Amino acid sequence: MDTAQMFNLSALGAQFLVGLSRAMILFIVCSGMSFVLGVLRVPNVAHGSLYMIGAFSAFSISNLFGGSSTGFWLALIIAPLIVALVSLIAERALFCHLYEREHLMLLLFTFALMLIFGDLVKLTWGADYRSIMAPPFLRGSVPVFGASFPRYNLFLLVIGPLVAIILYFFTNKTKMGKIARAAAVDREMVGAVGINVSWVFAMAFVIGCFLAGLGGALVAPTVSITLGMDHDIIIEAFLIVTIGGLGNMWGALVGSLIFGLTQAFGVLFWPQFAIVFPYAAVVIILIWRPTGMLKAVW
Amino acid sequence: MLSGRAASHKIAKQFYRERALLMRMMNGRSYWVLGAIFIVLLILPPVIPRFYTYIMALMFVTGLLAMSLNMVVGHGGMFQFHHAAFYGVGAYVFGLILKKTSLPFWMAFGAGPIAAAVCGLLIGSFCVRLTRLYFGMLQISLGSLLWAIVFRWYDFTGGGDGIYGIPMPSALSSAKSSYYFILIVVAISLAVIYLIFKSPFGATLLAIRDNPARCEAIGINVRRHQVAGIVIATFFAGVAGVLFVVLERSVFPDLLFWVLSLEIFIMCLLGGWFTFLGPLLGAAITVALRTFVGIYTEYWTLILGVILILLIFFLPEGVMGYVMEKFGSQRYESGDRG
Repeated sequence: MDTAQMFNLSALGAQFLVGLSRAMILFIVCSGMSFVLGVLRVPNVAHGSLYMIGAFSAFSISNLFGGSSTGFWLALIIAPLIVALVSLIAERALFCHLYEREHLMLLLFTFALMLIFGDLVKLTWGADYRSIMAPPFLRGSVPVFGASFPRYNLFLLVIGPLVAIILYFFTNKTKMGKIARAAAVDREMVGAVGINVSWVFAMAFVIGCFLAGLGGALVAPTVSITLGMDHDIIIEAFLIVTIGGLGNMWGALVGSLIFGLTQAFGVLFWPQFAIVFPYAAVVIILIWRPTGMLKAVW
Repeated sequence: MLSGRAASHKIAKQFYRERALLMRMMNGRSYWVLGAIFIVLLILPPVIPRFYTYIMALMFVTGLLAMSLNMVVGHGGMFQFHHAAFYGVGAYVFGLILKKTSLPFWMAFGAGPIAAAVCGLLIGSFCVRLTRLYFGMLQISLGSLLWAIVFRWYDFTGGGDGIYGIPMPSALSSAKSSYYFILIVVAISLAVIYLIFKSPFGATLLAIRDNPARCEAIGINVRRHQVAGIVIATFFAGVAGVLFVVLERSVFPDLLFWVLSLEIFIMCLLGGWFTFLGPLLGAAITVALRTFVGIYTEYWTLILGVILILLIFFLPEGVMGYVMEKFGSQRYESGDRG
């Protein structure tokens, strides 16, 4: 009886860590979405596509270096930059002309971007399943709580808080971050004190998309990279951002933790309906607090 | 839905122009035009190839779906972001009843839309507590919950594969007879939607869209009207779902997927938000384009995305809205607004 309970506890612990590492990926992606939502007030439907582009670019870069660990680290740096560049082009060429328009048009515009990016990825990389390898010292697993736990997930558990800390310093200590926060609260006032709001928006959009690309590059070694991963992540990101409080980055963190953990424990208790657990958690939270856990920025 | 007084004034203007045109159609000679179109649609199937009959029927089904969405978005001003969920619920309930039980056809036909309307009531009454973007986000969450259940409940709904070969009564077995059935049901639905638009309830919905605060102040129960609007719209989405099954004889979880919801949005935008028949036109154009572009290239979504961007930049009022703007009668506008 003792061993059975031990096993259960260790399974719970391991599953907790799995959920936590999943939550880190979700947090990186959703914080970007939340940042864009906070400043531009547009739910960026194309966010998932940029995440997918991040994953595919990571694959290409890693392939370029023959799957070596240098390739992996370069992919982790360059892939998000590629995504940032793509988003900068899209923003400056098209999106920036629409800021005066109504909300719904902006949302539909990002949906158009999603459709276009989806097919462009299909054109560039094809519809095959791709995968990349993590560097040797991140492969394999380590024993945690008596169960084996992938090393790469431990790496994610380090990266996630690191990104959170960087974001904290960016939004609270740098001038750019402060302007972005100000624009989230009152954009007219930011314009009135002589700051070029259009460029603030561009910056916020690109940073948000950079985070999407980073999430895509980070998730690449743990999943099979394929078309359709944009659809899966974007709906999760929407839900997380909603339960966290629209535009609130720390809300995105709370939402990601809830989402990742309920999903992980759902797998343990009822594998077939694991996907339903986080959705149900979202519904319960939204019925309890319709505007999310934390305060929305606007 | 729009922010700013100027924008809402513009919508109102366009709506009145549209309504004036419709009234003229109903009163004057244009009445015969509608009748003539209907008769042409009735005699078409025997003379055109079977494939085109199918495409036309698909246009009607999608058109009804887009019209039902426009009822809450264009005329109600609500961010109904996950309309496809109700379409899918209608289709699944209808399909499951026909496949798994021996209940008669008409019962299944009634159950689909009613199930969709019940879902609309449940989801809608949560959503109307919130406004605008939160409304939309909450609806996406709740609709995705439905999708997740359908997608995962393999034993009951067939999971990702869906259900194929749903039995139909012999009267609807041929493509032609299902075309006529769909045409008649859609025509009746459109007439009902038109009557709802013209009713005091429709006018109230419109007033809530343009100024919810003032409506609240003069004693209109805003939330209850919004929920009622959602229930009616989801009912017709359910009707569209049922008709889709009549046409295709299969259901699959993509019917409830949020991408479809946004595609319906595009149809409304393409046809014209603030017009009555615009969404129908937008749906017809989208279905036609998808069919004929699909013959030449597999990159249909890329083309759809480009079309959407062009629309947003150059034709935000849609095809119908543009036509109204250009050719709409000035005479009726002033009288109607007064």
